[in-house]
Amino acid sequence: MGKTIIQKIIKNNTGIDAKPGDIVTVNVDRVMIHDIFIPFVASKFEEMGFTKLWDADKVVLVYDHLVPASQVDDTRHFKIGNEFVEKYGMKNIHRSDGICHQLMTEAGYVKPGDIVFGTDSHTTTYGCVGAFSSGIGYTEMASILGTGTMWVKVPETIKVNITGKLPDNVMAKDIILKLIRDLGADGATYKALEFAGDTVKNMSVASRMSMSNMAIEAGAKCALFSPDEKTAEYCEITLTDKERDLVADSDAVYCKEINYRAEDFVPVMACPSNVDNVKPVDEIISNAEGGNIAVDQVFIGSCTNGRLEDLMAAAEVLKGKKVAPFVKLIVTPASRKIYRQAAKNGTLKILAEAGAMITHPSCGLCCGRAGGILTDGEVVVATNNRNFLGRMGTSKVSIYLASPKTAASCAIEGRITHA
Amino acid sequence: MDKFTGKVWVLGDDIDTDIIIPTEYLALKTVEDMAPYAFSPLRPELASKIKPGDIIVAGKNFGCGSSREQAPEIIKTLGVKCVIAKSFARIFFRNSINNGLLLIESGQLHDVVTEGDKVTVTINKCIEHNGNEYPIAALPQNLVDIINAGGLVKAMRKLNGLD
Repeated sequence: MGKTIIQKIIKNNTGIDAKPGDIVTVNVDRVMIHDIFIPFVASKFEEMGFTKLWDADKVVLVYDHLVPASQVDDTRHFKIGNEFVEKYGMKNIHRSDGICHQLMTEAGYVKPGDIVFGTDSHTTTYGCVGAFSSGIGYTEMASILGTGTMWVKVPETIKVNITGKLPDNVMAKDIILKLIRDLGADGATYKALEFAGDTVKNMSVASRMSMSNMAIEAGAKCALFSPDEKTAEYCEITLTDKERDLVADSDAVYCKEINYRAEDFVPVMACPSNVDNVKPVDEIISNAEGGNIAVDQVFIGSCTNGRLEDLMAAAEVLKGKKVAPFVKLIVTPASRKIYRQAAKNGTLKILAEAGAMITHPSCGLCCGRAGGILTDGEVVVATNNRNFLGRMGTSKVSIYLASPKTAASCAIEGRITHA
Repeated sequence: MDKFTGKVWVLGDDIDTDIIIPTEYLALKTVEDMAPYAFSPLRPELASKIKPGDIIVAGKNFGCGSSREQAPEIIKTLGVKCVIAKSFARIFFRNSINNGLLLIESGQLHDVVTEGDKVTVTINKCIEHNGNEYPIAALPQNLVDIINAGGLVKAMRKLNGLD
């Protein structure tokens, strides 16, 4: 019987011809820990009785949620992190370079076919280069740091085929939101997603990243794209035969197949306060009282949509225009590299002239720990991945998730709309 | 075989980790410090009302959202004996097992139970409520091993020859 991509990755890692439902122990290729959880990982690691890391080169620590610190207690996380790095001889630490998920692929820590775990649910992101990556808790991370292994249940796979050309006002974000709506917030729980079709082949790695990033919002364990020439160029590698072979066999077995025509997609938003509460923007407007939902703030950034193509897409909409006078537009590049590129190619200038506040690269407002938190009754349109109650301020803030193009249009109009 | 009875608190579908413990409280030093804020975006009063031995019954996809392990740890800290839901998100499921918080899947109980009811659980066998019995599945052996060791930390301590 043929294999899905996840079955091939597990076979290459363990030598076992595993089928969905089997429990196997995998050898971990890389792990990522971020600032929120490093104190807990460090204390569990020592409580478990480990005295050295299984492989210091395979461990990456990123400060991103709390950078720069906005509360006095946050600095404790950096102190503990720095001590851990020193004590166990780690070299891979990023103190202000950007968001963990951006850095893991951008800085070359993840390659096609790798098995990677991170202390963050959006670790699914690295499926964009054909890696099996998933989020875990800090206790499990501590045990990997000591052993280099973890048990996994081999998931069934849902195949998503997308063919054709996307409309100009639609981005990869609209595709993944629509898929989350169609699957539901638990529709892919314990399962792998596999993306295929010419629309996906023609997509940049950055766009694929937006999609694999949000797979967890349907509960998925991982979200895989077969490595191709675009992947090789992004990772700055030449694909090996093994990497080229990370394509599903023609007789692979899926638990579900979903087919989309790219031309059918429209700009959508995830409405408050669940990510699967997705509606076309036109429907949201027509159902609103007086056909109008005023917007107080717009956030463009995060590991979902803070990449150069996202900032450029927003700049294309905002060029020569002004943000509505009552709207605060916050733009947060996902990494220092992206910040520099956007400064160099004029994107930041366009955004600043339109009235955006451009912040340092970090998680920023996405996790409600940075400037820009909101209060009761306010409405924010944001390009990140979650709109849960209380995530960006009080529990009476309405968070709408959208693509960078849609978000930029809302900033200009001061109400919910699309490009 | 393990058997226990507890009073039930009922929550809905998709109870996410930002509801279980909002990000703003994650930098508090201990899970004991965080516990009073459990479920605060949805039901600010709930954490103070839950008593040791109580049971949470929820709909589908309980624990969806972030990988924050404080979520199951806090539920355990509140003294909750187990969470019975239609389904659980995968990271939350692993984190709960690793911390010794018992999770039970039941597709039926949530539809018939009312907050304040008493239910009796017989591990790996069934849930009893109002004279009706609802069967539950047995856990896979590798998870039983972790639970029997007393959680993942204890399992690793044993591996390192400490206990």
